[in-house]
Amino acid sequence: MNVYDLIFYLFAALTLLSAFFVVTTRNIVRAAFFLLFTFFGVAGIYVLLGADFVAIVQLIVYVGGILILLIFGVMITNKITSVDIKAGTIQTLPAAIGVGLFTGIIGAVILNTDWFIANSEMPESTLSTLGKMLLNEYVLVFELLGILLLVALIGAASMARK
Amino acid sequence: MEVTLTHFLIVSTLLFSLGIYGIVTRKNAIMVLMGIELILNASNINFIAFSRFGNFGLQGQLFALFVIVLAAAEAAIALAIVLNVYKTFVNVNVDEIDELRD
Amino acid sequence: MSESFLINISVIVLFLPLLGFVVTLLLGKKIPKIFFFEVFVLFAGLVLSAILLFGKLTYFADTKIVSEFKWIDMGNVPVFGSINIYLGMLIDDISALMIVVVYIVSFLVHFFSIDYMKGDIRYNRYFAYLGLFTFSMSGIVLTHNMLMMYIFWELVGISSYLLIGFWYEKKSASDAGKKAFIVNRIGDLGMLAGLLILFITYNTFSFEQIFGEIAKGNLPFNSEFWLTVTGVLIFCGAIGKSAQFPLHVWLPDAMEGPTPVSALIHAATMVAAGVYLVVRVFGILTADAMLVIAAIGALSAFIPATIALTQNDIKRVLAYSTVSQLGYMIMALGVGAYKFAFFHLVTHAFFKACLFLGSGSVIHAMHHEQDIRNMGGLRKKMPITYATFLLSSIAISGIPLTSGFLSKDGILSGTFAFASLTGHWLFPFVGFLVALMTAFYMFRLVILTFHGEPRDQHKYDHAHESKFAMAMPLVVLSVLSLFFWYTPNPMSPDAGWFYSKWIKNPVIYTPENARWDFMKSDEAAISESSEQHDIMYSETYTKALHHAHWPAVILSELLAICGILLAFTMYQWKKISADKLTERFKPLYNFSLNKWYFDELYHKTFVAGTLGLSWLVAWFDRVIVDGIVDGSATVTKAVSTFTGRFDNIVVDGLVNFMAYLSAFIGLFFRRFQTGKVQTYIIMVIFSIVILLFLFKSF
Repeated sequence: MNVYDLIFYLFAALTLLSAFFVVTTRNIVRAAFFLLFTFFGVAGIYVLLGADFVAIVQLIVYVGGILILLIFGVMITNKITSVDIKAGTIQTLPAAIGVGLFTGIIGAVILNTDWFIANSEMPESTLSTLGKMLLNEYVLVFELLGILLLVALIGAASMARK
Repeated sequence: MEVTLTHFLIVSTLLFSLGIYGIVTRKNAIMVLMGIELILNASNINFIAFSRFGNFGLQGQLFALFVIVLAAAEAAIALAIVLNVYKTFVNVNVDEIDELRD
Repeated sequence: MSESFLINISVIVLFLPLLGFVVTLLLGKKIPKIFFFEVFVLFAGLVLSAILLFGKLTYFADTKIVSEFKWIDMGNVPVFGSINIYLGMLIDDISALMIVVVYIVSFLVHFFSIDYMKGDIRYNRYFAYLGLFTFSMSGIVLTHNMLMMYIFWELVGISSYLLIGFWYEKKSASDAGKKAFIVNRIGDLGMLAGLLILFITYNTFSFEQIFGEIAKGNLPFNSEFWLTVTGVLIFCGAIGKSAQFPLHVWLPDAMEGPTPVSALIHAATMVAAGVYLVVRVFGILTADAMLVIAAIGALSAFIPATIALTQNDIKRVLAYSTVSQLGYMIMALGVGAYKFAFFHLVTHAFFKACLFLGSGSVIHAMHHEQDIRNMGGLRKKMPITYATFLLSSIAISGIPLTSGFLSKDGILSGTFAFASLTGHWLFPFVGFLVALMTAFYMFRLVILTFHGEPRDQHKYDHAHESKFAMAMPLVVLSVLSLFFWYTPNPMSPDAGWFYSKWIKNPVIYTPENARWDFMKSDEAAISESSEQHDIMYSETYTKALHHAHWPAVILSELLAICGILLAFTMYQWKKISADKLTERFKPLYNFSLNKWYFDELYHKTFVAGTLGLSWLVAWFDRVIVDGIVDGSATVTKAVSTFTGRFDNIVVDGLVNFMAYLSAFIGLFFRRFQTGKVQTYIIMVIFSIVILLFLFKSF
């Protein structure tokens, strides 16, 4: 067990534990904070997988953007002054059974599959390669996503204004 | 035990399951959205892991980036929908919104 | 003056009256004076058609001008091959002459009607119908193909129907219109069949092409018999339209229409269309077909002449006289006297129109009194009408110095020559007999109407001479009945420009062995002429005609003078009492007075037959068809009672069971349908788990 593995387990534990709290805690603000940790842990796993740029984007977009958005949603839809910013859970037992079975069978599939592993070396910085790809082969997708984002934001703004 | 692809996949599976659990059990629509974010992150881990251990370059990472963009758009739209739902039903409890049944 | 110029004029001449019709009909209610437009249009058409005739006879005396365009391209039709339908104009000597005749009579009738119809509630519509008629008639005259001719043929029929029934408030008028229309339809059916035979044989409706094919020896169904049948079928159209025996019954009834209409349609132009049709297709008539035509013509000349002897209605006498004269023309065509037939068509158009308009003038003056027994002595009151009427009567009787003498005498010598060549002596016999009767009944009419003492003093006192608008056409038409328009020699048309220059000998296309002997091509003529089928009348026929001329003239003159003298002795000088003669020949008199009982005969046979047939069909319908229907109803009722029970018990039971079953299932599955998204997601997850479990690879 080397340092790399140790760090992996650390991050995996952080991610999964905080995700568990996200879905189980009754306080919605607390869930949002645990979500922050989950995103952070996932970003760490990205770094371990050699995806430095994606990790940074994960932090910036998720933590800096989406999470703030979610918290704003919480504040708008619940009376912030009231203490009871909570949300109950329903049908936990069938959900737990179903999800457990699902996890079990997927896990079994993963463990029983003989995965092909081609390259175990850590790659160099991915930034320039990703930039070239985005503006060469994937430029259409890139542009389309830009338009999609724009349309989505305009749509969201107009829907929220009504 | 050396960490390989299987570990990452297990982590992503667990994260995915937790996301689904969140979606299914939460009453509050915002919490449901959080579950969805978890699911998206799980899929991103998968993309990047396969990108790392496969031999098809950085396409996996690229797709992860696209998913992040989609997630941003989705979050914006979903929150707008949640706001509209809130205006209509005064709360955002998903289990009480069952107009579809009738 | 080019060909295209003449074609353009002919197209304008054709469509001008249509323009008049449309304008007059549409604006008739708004502008009361719009009928002047129609009259003006007719005048313009008259001038243009005169230019057409002049140009044709001066510059294109020996050519036919044809212009056509493709109307329908049917492409390649199975069995027939490629079929195209063309429309077009044909200007040759007879069409150019005929169009001028049509326009002269039509214009004068329009002019006459201005006064005659004054005060009628549908004044402008009357002129519109006249315009429609003139358009249709021009179409018949100027077309170059049989299809267009048939279309205009029917258009003429409809305008005739509209005009006969113009005073449709009168039951007799609307009945007469229907009768004319239906009787015409019988003949038109034959014509349609004839032209369809030609079409399926030659894939064309064009006269020129059909003639050309027949000249090459292509016959319908490759047999001369079928060529005869085709000719006779096409002639059926003429039988209907020209009111020939046995379809002549509609024409006297058509006198219910306004008198100018009778002059235009039922004396001068439309009834002449039948003759014109036979003239057009003369080149394809076989000897047998010509014999049929001659026989029909002779019967049509004879029977109406006998009827005209005793009629008392001034217009009916003229109507029967018209049928008789048309029979003359048809007979002349049948015996091969082609030129004389057309000549008589032209001359007859003028003097018969004059007679009808004169009778219209009399009727107008007598306040719609038509019975000649109530007239008499009108000579002093209506000198112009009397003079013109008398002149036309002389013309129709065939006295020298008139056009009628020239043409009628020509027909008689034609029959004479025909008889001397083929031995059919009945035709000249009938011809001369009819000449005698014609002279008699025409002068009976003149004497009873204009001479003697007035028999109805009250009406006589109110009678008056017609005004200019009515007198002018009478004068023009009677002057046109004089000889000098047609020939400088009053005794023979041979030297005249009309006979020798304007009308050509017809070209015969029928195979040599299907013609009369005298119509076969001369050997000498063939060698001289470049075109084989150009010359048809042989030397023998010309000689026979020449020999027949003077005997025919003398005999017909004697008979005509006899007829006139007889009329004078009976009605003017009263030497022979008409009443006593009537008493002695009572059955014959009644036979004639009742028009040979044709109407009764048709009523007893065709109408009663149709009624009987329909009664039979009604009986069949009532007893058998209704019986079957009722029986099937009973059976159906029994069956339905049974099925009703079955339905109630078995089917309904099944249905109700199914309903309960589905209700039960629904109640069960209803629980899963919560409307909550999250429940559905759980179900999805369970399903995925089950699927993964089923398809797991280990």
